[in-house]
Amino acid sequence: MELSGIVYWRLNNNMVKLKEALESCQEEYFLPGNSCCAGCGLEIALRWAMKALGPKTALVTPASCLNVVVGLWPKTAPNFPFTNMAFAAGAAAATGMSAAFKAKAYRFPGRGWDEITAITFAGDGGTADIGIQGLSGAAERNSDQIYVCYDNEAYMNTGIQRSSSTPHGAWTSTTTKGKDRFKKNLPAIMAAHDIPYVATCSISEPLDLYEKFKKAKSIKGCKYIHILAPCAPGWGFGSDETIEIARLAVKTGSWILYEVESGIMTLSKASRTLLDPSKRIPLIEYLSRQKRFASISEKDLIELQEYLDHTWKRIEVDLSCQDNYPK
Amino acid sequence: MVETPKDFIQKEENVIIKGNVAAAYAAKSARVQVISAYPITPQTTVVEKLSEFADNGEMPGTQYIKVESEHSVLASIIGASKAGTRTFTATSGQGLFYMHEMLHWAAGARLPIVMAIASRGPAPPWNIWADFTDVLSQRDTGWMSAFCSSHQEIYDEILMSYKVCEDHNILLPKFVAYGGFILSHTSKPVIIEDQDKVDNFLPPLLDEEGWPHIWMDPKRPMMFGNLIMPSGFYQEFRLKIHDAHIRAKEKIIKAAQEFKQLFGRGYGNGLIQEYKMDDAEVGMIIYGDLALQMEDAVDYVREEGYKVGMVKLRHFRPFPTEDIIGVAKKVKLLGVVDRATAFGSQTGGPVSCEVKAALHGTKDTANILPIINGLGGREVTLEQQKNQLRKLVKFNETGEVPKDTIHGTLWDCLLEVK
Repeated sequence: MELSGIVYWRLNNNMVKLKEALESCQEEYFLPGNSCCAGCGLEIALRWAMKALGPKTALVTPASCLNVVVGLWPKTAPNFPFTNMAFAAGAAAATGMSAAFKAKAYRFPGRGWDEITAITFAGDGGTADIGIQGLSGAAERNSDQIYVCYDNEAYMNTGIQRSSSTPHGAWTSTTTKGKDRFKKNLPAIMAAHDIPYVATCSISEPLDLYEKFKKAKSIKGCKYIHILAPCAPGWGFGSDETIEIARLAVKTGSWILYEVESGIMTLSKASRTLLDPSKRIPLIEYLSRQKRFASISEKDLIELQEYLDHTWKRIEVDLSCQDNYPK
Repeated sequence: MVETPKDFIQKEENVIIKGNVAAAYAAKSARVQVISAYPITPQTTVVEKLSEFADNGEMPGTQYIKVESEHSVLASIIGASKAGTRTFTATSGQGLFYMHEMLHWAAGARLPIVMAIASRGPAPPWNIWADFTDVLSQRDTGWMSAFCSSHQEIYDEILMSYKVCEDHNILLPKFVAYGGFILSHTSKPVIIEDQDKVDNFLPPLLDEEGWPHIWMDPKRPMMFGNLIMPSGFYQEFRLKIHDAHIRAKEKIIKAAQEFKQLFGRGYGNGLIQEYKMDDAEVGMIIYGDLALQMEDAVDYVREEGYKVGMVKLRHFRPFPTEDIIGVAKKVKLLGVVDRATAFGSQTGGPVSCEVKAALHGTKDTANILPIINGLGGREVTLEQQKNQLRKLVKFNETGEVPKDTIHGTLWDCLLEVK
């Protein structure tokens, strides 16, 4: 049963229920038999994103795990138009595809070419590092696409090297004593571009993710969605723990779920209560489950918790400056 | 399939325009559907003129993406071409170098993209003037490459190029190069053809399915460009690119013939254009704008009683090996003039290397004298070209290697260092 957009939004105060989601999300577009690792966060992210977007979606993926896990030639797991691209080229290639669909809609009107959503699905390296120029350009042009960063917080495809999205204190194969710098705040950078829609997601909250993709699809212009997608081998946890780890990231307040629409930030349900520090689980409970933080120093741990608390304070201040903030 | 729409309006007219503007007119006449561009001197006026066309509604339906870098130019063009549209862009020197990675992506995906290049010298030191090192150093990317000698030829060659690139038996991208400033920024009369006539030669893409081998279509979900193991067809795909280059030669010849029939303008056989070679004793192989002036030089030196001729090389990739062998059998000595460098090579510039390689193993062909001149836009005068021909004649008669020959190459008109 396919729920139309309008009916869907009236449901349950903007929050879809699991039963309804299961009813309307039977179709799979990222098929089994792909070569994702057991417990891969990326797989869950793409699967649920595509459930929301549906088959009229053309996807570009720059160099990342996704290039590989979709299947070696000639095997193919995506059941929708999908193209691989150079590392720095994701956002621009999707811009070109989106432009081509508009040109084809002009030449062949009424054939559905203008109904296709162009989407980039990139890792954190392809987004925050090598791809940021192209992404920033696409955002500034308000290129009609959804740009998705699935964030596993390092270059996992090449063997767990640090990216600018790797958190402070984390071991990677190029930060063997733990990363010195803090994680780059990409969603904030994207929000600063004043694009119509920015959202953060976690694979532990698939319904929230589903809703955000539905919303992004309904908006014209450049949309940015950043998904925390834990990596079992890269972070060092069991392949049956992916969801739990992602949920702990949310519950500790380490990964904050929110939307920014036309400059207005709204905390999503799973993060809303965490403005109250007492509602946040101590960060150590999230970090201690991952081998990458196994030898984190006490100093780094304190710094991380302070950084987290400071981030929340900043969000509180930001929210209080917004017109829609309940006074 | 749909009928050719009558939305692009262009009557035949003779206009005095810059070479860059001729390139922009060609893109309009070709009804390109997606343009992506980033400014770089001396290409800039191509994209400015196209912007004007688009803003004035002269290219209905055409999407113009103004990106933030050349890397994104080609990435977006690749995205648009994969989705089955006719695409165009233009760049120069450093911009082309910045695109290098994406050049391989375009050729590997067999996308019929046409790109105008207002060639300029590579930095450092900074240089923005005519030098074909930019386009020639992209030799192994899988792109075809053509050189233009006149403003009209820029317009004509872009139209012919789409015809060849989009041939379903070819499907390769192509550069159409011309000297920065010398052609890009000077004005000459150019005939812009009637739109119906151009549509007849190069019909707009009328099949919404796009290319036969690649598409982005929800009705036919497919994945493109994924990882292929060493035991897979990688090597065979590469061979197919090479094979398409070789087969493209006959398509280039055919397109040039058709073009001449329809529009009355011919460029040799499309691959090369000979000038007074039939009774020549020595000849010069040359490309780009300098070839036009060399025709005058040939006439003058012939008046002096020497049987000289020249060959304009119109295509570097695919390389017209058979034609070059044919030319090299007519004369005893061939000069090969490069306005480009191939550092460390034993055989002069990039084109003279190619000519020597083409002749290897064939008996009774001309000796080659590689010549390098005009780098970084340095002026090459008519007098200088006449002297080059005279040096060839003397070298041929006496066997005396011309002065200024360094490591087997004549570096013509070097400045004197005191």
